[in-house]
Amino acid sequence: MDKPEAFAPDDRNQPLYADRVRVYPQAVQGRVRRAKWAILIACLGLYYLLPWLRWDRGPGQPDQAVLVDMARGRLFFFQLEIWPQEVYYLTGLLLLGAIAIFAATALFGRVWCGFACPQTVWTDLFMLVERWIEGDRNARMRRDRKPRWSAGDKARKLAKHAAWLAIAAVTGGAWVNYFTDAPQLARDLLAFEASTTILGFAALFTLTTYLLAGWAREQVCTYMCPWPRFQAAMLDADSLAVSYRDWRGEPRGKAQDPGAGDCVDCRACVNVCPTGVDIRDGLQMACINCGLCIDACDGIMAKLGRPTGLVAFETIGNLAAAEAATRAVPPGPARCGAGMAARRPARLLRARSWVYAGAMVVIVLAMLVGLALRQPLSLEVLRDRAPLYVRLADGGIRNSYTLKLSDRRHDAAVLAVAVEGLPAGAAWQVLGAARHDAAGLPLVETRPDGVAEFRLFVTAPHYALPAEEGTPVTIRLLPPGGGATQAAAATSFLGPRR
Amino acid sequence: MDDHSQRAPADIDAVTGRTTTGHEWDGIRELNTPLPKWWLWTFYACIAFAAVWVVLYPALPMTGATGLLGHTARGDAERDRREQAAAIEPMLARLRAATPAQILADPDLRGFAMAGGRMAFANACAGCHGAGGQGAPGFPSLADDEWLWGGDLAAIEETIRHGIRAPDDDATRNSLMPRFVADGMLTVAQAADAAEYVLALGGRSTDGASAIRGAAVFAENCASCHGERGQGSREMGAPRLDDRVWLYGGDKAGILRTISLGRNGVMPAWESRLDAATIRMLVIYLHSLGGTEQ
Repeated sequence: MDKPEAFAPDDRNQPLYADRVRVYPQAVQGRVRRAKWAILIACLGLYYLLPWLRWDRGPGQPDQAVLVDMARGRLFFFQLEIWPQEVYYLTGLLLLGAIAIFAATALFGRVWCGFACPQTVWTDLFMLVERWIEGDRNARMRRDRKPRWSAGDKARKLAKHAAWLAIAAVTGGAWVNYFTDAPQLARDLLAFEASTTILGFAALFTLTTYLLAGWAREQVCTYMCPWPRFQAAMLDADSLAVSYRDWRGEPRGKAQDPGAGDCVDCRACVNVCPTGVDIRDGLQMACINCGLCIDACDGIMAKLGRPTGLVAFETIGNLAAAEAATRAVPPGPARCGAGMAARRPARLLRARSWVYAGAMVVIVLAMLVGLALRQPLSLEVLRDRAPLYVRLADGGIRNSYTLKLSDRRHDAAVLAVAVEGLPAGAAWQVLGAARHDAAGLPLVETRPDGVAEFRLFVTAPHYALPAEEGTPVTIRLLPPGGGATQAAAATSFLGPRR
Repeated sequence: MDDHSQRAPADIDAVTGRTTTGHEWDGIRELNTPLPKWWLWTFYACIAFAAVWVVLYPALPMTGATGLLGHTARGDAERDRREQAAAIEPMLARLRAATPAQILADPDLRGFAMAGGRMAFANACAGCHGAGGQGAPGFPSLADDEWLWGGDLAAIEETIRHGIRAPDDDATRNSLMPRFVADGMLTVAQAADAAEYVLALGGRSTDGASAIRGAAVFAENCASCHGERGQGSREMGAPRLDDRVWLYGGDKAGILRTISLGRNGVMPAWESRLDAATIRMLVIYLHSLGGTEQ
């Protein structure tokens, strides 16, 4: 990018506001294009079909494999069931996603932008539909330049927008499927019984899909998305990015010209670019690293009988090394060979790769350990603070606690409440507990898939009062009749100043 | 084109060769990075949106305090309140129809009543009885096991509905602790002896001779309500005198003052101020504070 003169003739006249330059990407065939189609089919297939996957969780439970159940405050992901207070798993996933993008960018440039970003995937799909209906680049440009459209032109435009809207509607509908039972929603839609909330969200996502993939397209990447602005921080000399090997291509000239490089200035790379950039200007913000220019250039080079790879996934380090090695070699096959020989394989295992991998491993391990240690039953004890303790008629002291039992299981369990660490003679009771086990411990019943609350009163006789600073006690939930502790929580038992 | 390329050289940045906006701060010039036109139109659309908004919603003096749509924040809040009231109405109806025991037995009803009762308690009761029902001198603790008029669910509900010595409720609970000394029924010395005897009931007397004299005074004046041994009477709301819970202070000076000047605390009747469902929720919540009586 040490070519300011390349900007000067146009930019000198730049006004403060820029007209949009329409981009008419041309169809292209090749390896990268095939990979992009495969990823597009995989991504869209996953997105549209995942909500329809069923997963048996037992009676009374939703049987959708992936479901965000807003009404019940549950997130279902296959066998996992996440409660709202466990939002840290979502935080972990988001962190993981961010670091994964950083890592992918450091290693392979903006592959996320070029291959997997929803904006790219849906835009690609919309462009495919556009080509089917309106024709390829030249036909579309001719049509748009016409002062008046014929009836056929209008019909094609209309058909294109109708097709776009149909895809957008399916997309918006699929989004809603993640928040409600997909087959039930389909039945409701057919019976015109879907709620206005659902229709509203479906309409919102229909509209944004249509606008972003049909109209905004590359403007999202160049003006709205923050990622292109700081992606340069991820790239280093070993990052593979879609690059023009200028040491081989320059100076551009006719195919027969003996003094010219391999670039014949056919502009095929520019014509296929979905964001309308010229890759030969070097790494630039508007390039989404989709690699379609690689396919375009390889096609031309093959026709000319020259080696492919004039545009390729290449590191900045190799560009510089080849440039240095070929400075004295005249253009032609010799130059190409010398430049390619000066390259070395991209180093994937670099310090930053280890740092990113390490961070991802830590997050994944933390989440796995958290999930593995997650108890189906948990006990939370809230000690009454006003009053801290109550003096009873016989001079004894009572402390009151609220027990909150969260039970993730789907069957109610009966548990005995035991309090450990009390002074001798102390006793406890659970408000409303009518039944007791053989040892006389009060029995409580959990609330399946929910939280049950109980009041626990612990009383110490006047001759064995607890210390003012509190006696540490442990509240345990045991199987009736004894057995391993199901859940426990520590708290304290307070008495008056003596 | 030509006249543009004749632009003064100061407008071109030497390093990038790009135009500048012509703005300069301390020798630093700003490169011109043109904004897309659609962005500009988005701004205009926002301005147009704001112009409509200002007329429809309260912003301009000539459209009054409500704007053309008649919107007020107070109206919004009122509508929200009505919607919430309508949403919980089925639950309230179930609460009105259920007995307190039935509410306790149903986890859904009980949870609802505890939540609603907590709010109602904070509004109506906490001012005198304390945030956790811990009470204060003259205002009974609701968290302990001594109840003047009974601590089971039915007795609590009766007390809340009709109050204690409430002047505006015919069914209120009434009793009178006389002003024994002030009204000349006892001398100060007799009252002091009676107070010493009351201390003796709880095993705290320090003057045996006075307590023995006081026993006779107690039997004649106090026992009819408070019981022969000061065990109290819930029918009359007469407190136990043989325990460690004292509403107005349990030292000798406090007891003597009570005997001399009487005590007749008042609790308002809530039946006319709160609806039946709220009272039910209060009963459940209040009972959970220290409700060991069934």
